Amino acid sequence: MPHPWIPNSYIKNELMKELGISSTLQLFDDVPKELLLTRDLAVGYGTSLTEYQLVRAFDDLLRKNTFIYRVPPFIGGGVCLHYIPAAVKHVASRPEFYTAYTPYQPEINQGITRALFEYQSLVADLYGVDVVNASMYNGSTTLAEAVRLAVRATGRKCAVLPRNMHPEVFEVVKTWSEPVGIVLHSPSYNAETGRVDLGELEDTVRKLKPAAVVVQTPNFFGIVEEDLEKISRIAHEGGSLLVVYEDPIFTGILEAPGKLGADIVVGDTSSVGSGLNFGGPSGGILGIRDPEEKLLRQLPGRLIGYTRSADGEEGGFIMVLQTREQHIRRERATSNITTNSALEAVKAAVYLTLLGSEGLKKLGEAIAGRTEFLVEKMLSAGLELAFRKGVHLREVLFKHPNIAGLRDFLKNNGVYVGPLIGKFYSELPDCGLVCVTEVHSRGDIETLSELVKEFLKVVAS
Amino acid sequence: MSVFRQARWEEPLVYEVSRDRKEGSLVDAEFRDYAARLLRKLPDGILRKEGPAIPSISEVEVVRHFMRLSQMSYGVDFGPVPLGSCTMKYNPKICEDLASDRRIVEAHPYLDEEDVQGILEIVYTLQKWLSEIVGMDVCSIQTPAGAAGEFAGALMIRKYHRDVGEERRDEMIVPDSAHGSNPASAAMAGFKVVRIPTDSDGNTDLEALKAALGEKTAGAMLTNPNTLGLFEEHILDIAREVHKVGGLLYYDGANLNGIVGYVRPGDMGFDIAHLNLHKTFAAPHGGGGPGAGAICAKGALVQYLPAPLIDFDGRKYYLKYDIPKTIGRVSWFYGNIVPAIKSFLYVATLGPQIKEVAEVATLNTNYMLKKMSPLPGLDLAFGYGRWRKHEFVVSFEKLYKETGVGAEDVAKALLDRGLHAPTILFPLIVPEAHMVEVTETETKENIDALVEAYKEIVSAAYTNPSEVKKSPQHTSSKRLDTVYGNLPKNIVVTYRMLKEKSAKT
Repeated sequence: MPHPWIPNSYIKNELMKELGISSTLQLFDDVPKELLLTRDLAVGYGTSLTEYQLVRAFDDLLRKNTFIYRVPPFIGGGVCLHYIPAAVKHVASRPEFYTAYTPYQPEINQGITRALFEYQSLVADLYGVDVVNASMYNGSTTLAEAVRLAVRATGRKCAVLPRNMHPEVFEVVKTWSEPVGIVLHSPSYNAETGRVDLGELEDTVRKLKPAAVVVQTPNFFGIVEEDLEKISRIAHEGGSLLVVYEDPIFTGILEAPGKLGADIVVGDTSSVGSGLNFGGPSGGILGIRDPEEKLLRQLPGRLIGYTRSADGEEGGFIMVLQTREQHIRRERATSNITTNSALEAVKAAVYLTLLGSEGLKKLGEAIAGRTEFLVEKMLSAGLELAFRKGVHLREVLFKHPNIAGLRDFLKNNGVYVGPLIGKFYSELPDCGLVCVTEVHSRGDIETLSELVKEFLKVVAS
Repeated sequence: MSVFRQARWEEPLVYEVSRDRKEGSLVDAEFRDYAARLLRKLPDGILRKEGPAIPSISEVEVVRHFMRLSQMSYGVDFGPVPLGSCTMKYNPKICEDLASDRRIVEAHPYLDEEDVQGILEIVYTLQKWLSEIVGMDVCSIQTPAGAAGEFAGALMIRKYHRDVGEERRDEMIVPDSAHGSNPASAAMAGFKVVRIPTDSDGNTDLEALKAALGEKTAGAMLTNPNTLGLFEEHILDIAREVHKVGGLLYYDGANLNGIVGYVRPGDMGFDIAHLNLHKTFAAPHGGGGPGAGAICAKGALVQYLPAPLIDFDGRKYYLKYDIPKTIGRVSWFYGNIVPAIKSFLYVATLGPQIKEVAEVATLNTNYMLKKMSPLPGLDLAFGYGRWRKHEFVVSFEKLYKETGVGAEDVAKALLDRGLHAPTILFPLIVPEAHMVEVTETETKENIDALVEAYKEIVSAAYTNPSEVKKSPQHTSSKRLDTVYGNLPKNIVVTYRMLKEKSAKT
């Protein structure tokens, strides 16, 4: 049966005649007979659907999602709800961008190559590094690639990832590291500040001489790693590379990690235009501070660079250093990555340009201010901080003996918080994250704190 | 020659659109005092003193800038993009619309399972459909792209052998026609890669394969149809031989489009398969990504899939973490959900009729190849007289020797006719290759136009080769010098470097 998405399905006979065959099965004459399927695949709804039938069937499915945000969700855990300006979506909806592929033919895809060059430039400025590639899958796989990059560049075989890193990111790094014999070590966090335990970190680095010292700031608990410069000194004295994992949304107020000693920077575009998407897609940010060009030729992923036209008359943009990549270097490539997250990089470029330098600073302050307001409100409602001496930014880790009950109570009132982190940290069974961003109004935060107060009153009585 | 003129905006880089300080999107200052209070608690050294050196321009300037850039790009919505092995098919608009529903894009990955039963059911159903399509027991969509699926598959093979005490198996067999990501993935998972040549029929050389197999063999990674567009005729022998020595067989699903509904990798004897949802299953390519991948397994290998899987207990859909021998997490959360949902919508629409995809893709491929074959200067290189499946490969070596016009020149001349070029200079075993995949979504008229364009270009190559080598003229950019931009002293990958360099010269 023909289908509108398959135009030549309406003229199969004509094409068959051209090929001198009477059945399309003849085109499969080299497939062993016993392998040819003699039945229909059991997929879809038994028959093809019209577009309006699809719309209905899909709506019925989505109605089974029961989450209804009465106020924007306060859920954190590495990704949070941020506002995406309408212009981002409009640019990303241009089919010249989203229906194209990797610019293997740069002359007809200067739009994409230039937008990606701009992304690389913008993000390099945010993080204070020399080179940013044209995107990876997401923050988690990018950190895994960053660790492998550090191992290749230093010839060392282990890496240090503190325990207060995002636990799922840690798991991903582990999966990607183990097969090539990279051993991961995890110094703990300070019980009062929630920050990396510097003493343990220093001991670990001294003893093991790792390829990379990784630090996430703000860390999984939402706490700013205030000692980045000390961590940088510890890493570099041990001959290790410093890898800083930081959400780009903070780069308007926090010093660029490249300026604080980071050799490799990693982030994720979820906050700067990609959105939540139930966890994916987003784009992975990978950058290097590389004054001696030790890292560039080990860098994974696509890279857009400037060149000139063959006649030398004008400039243009192409993919450069492709000899690092799988389609040329095969088993000696720096990575197997092929498809990346180009459209998310374009979105990030639009987002960052809309915000601008000043806007990013204001946005950082808007988030910082709400964080401070949230902490004040929640403490006065009767909750405690899990780490009293840590400075939180965007995400705050609260503690209460009945944290699960509190979370359910809030959810039943349409206010979503979390995740509870006991499943990741058995020593923190009564702790849960709350995340605030620019999308939360004063009223939203007050609604949350009033509900907390109400819950604690019931618990107390 | 048809008239094609791509937009050539004299558009500066976004840094140079305007020197004035403006705003493109407002941010409130309601909590400024609170912010100051928080920032005071942090050591001065980690606070940013100077804002990043990025431009600050107005919304209209941002929009115009990027819209102009978009006009200097080219995708499937404008004409054929016959990139071989990329399966650049039409991306149905309804899939775009429905997958951007707020109930999906605003769903936080840490919502409770009970709150996202709709999404979980959709993904679970997609996993089921994909398993049926590839003939495997279980699929996971945690892998964010095809190559990530390959890596996951290679890790599964590695762990499987270790679990049965066969650590010595450290060799992965890969044909020389394979996608580069296969050997790269195998190497990333710690394997040594053993390369197998292709025979003159375009099949993996069976005798060479047999000779390479042994007690060190962990597995073999194959794509079928292979990158020459040819079905591996000896696939059952290959499967038998690989299994006989205790190896596992891995299926690279990049080329599934030519056989979907006709023959299933699981039935061919493959143990593990990855799929590129942005290829056969119509999720868009996004100018390079994001795509989405699936990793599928059968039998004992199911226990090695990355956790969590999305499963159904008869009552509710849930995230299944209890996978005894899992290789662990390959990526955070659950995969690239939005493109995966586009693929769900695609399969839901076509249903069993998805077989029509392979049927027409194969018809289109062979129709185009037949029309191309009489052209002077080109050659098939492998598998004469055999039907192709999703794609075909021709060599312009003869043309190059006779006229000096090579595969790249022909490609650039196609651009000038408003047609995207195929994949060129790949697979590496075919000199001056064009690897052409028109998919099932091209019309006969477009295929004829492509052939006509080739005809003009080849004939121009024989009469006026220097003219062909001047292509492209009508694209946003003239031919770019790929050597110049790659010279170590010329590497410029940011605006900052560009400015520093132009200041020096």
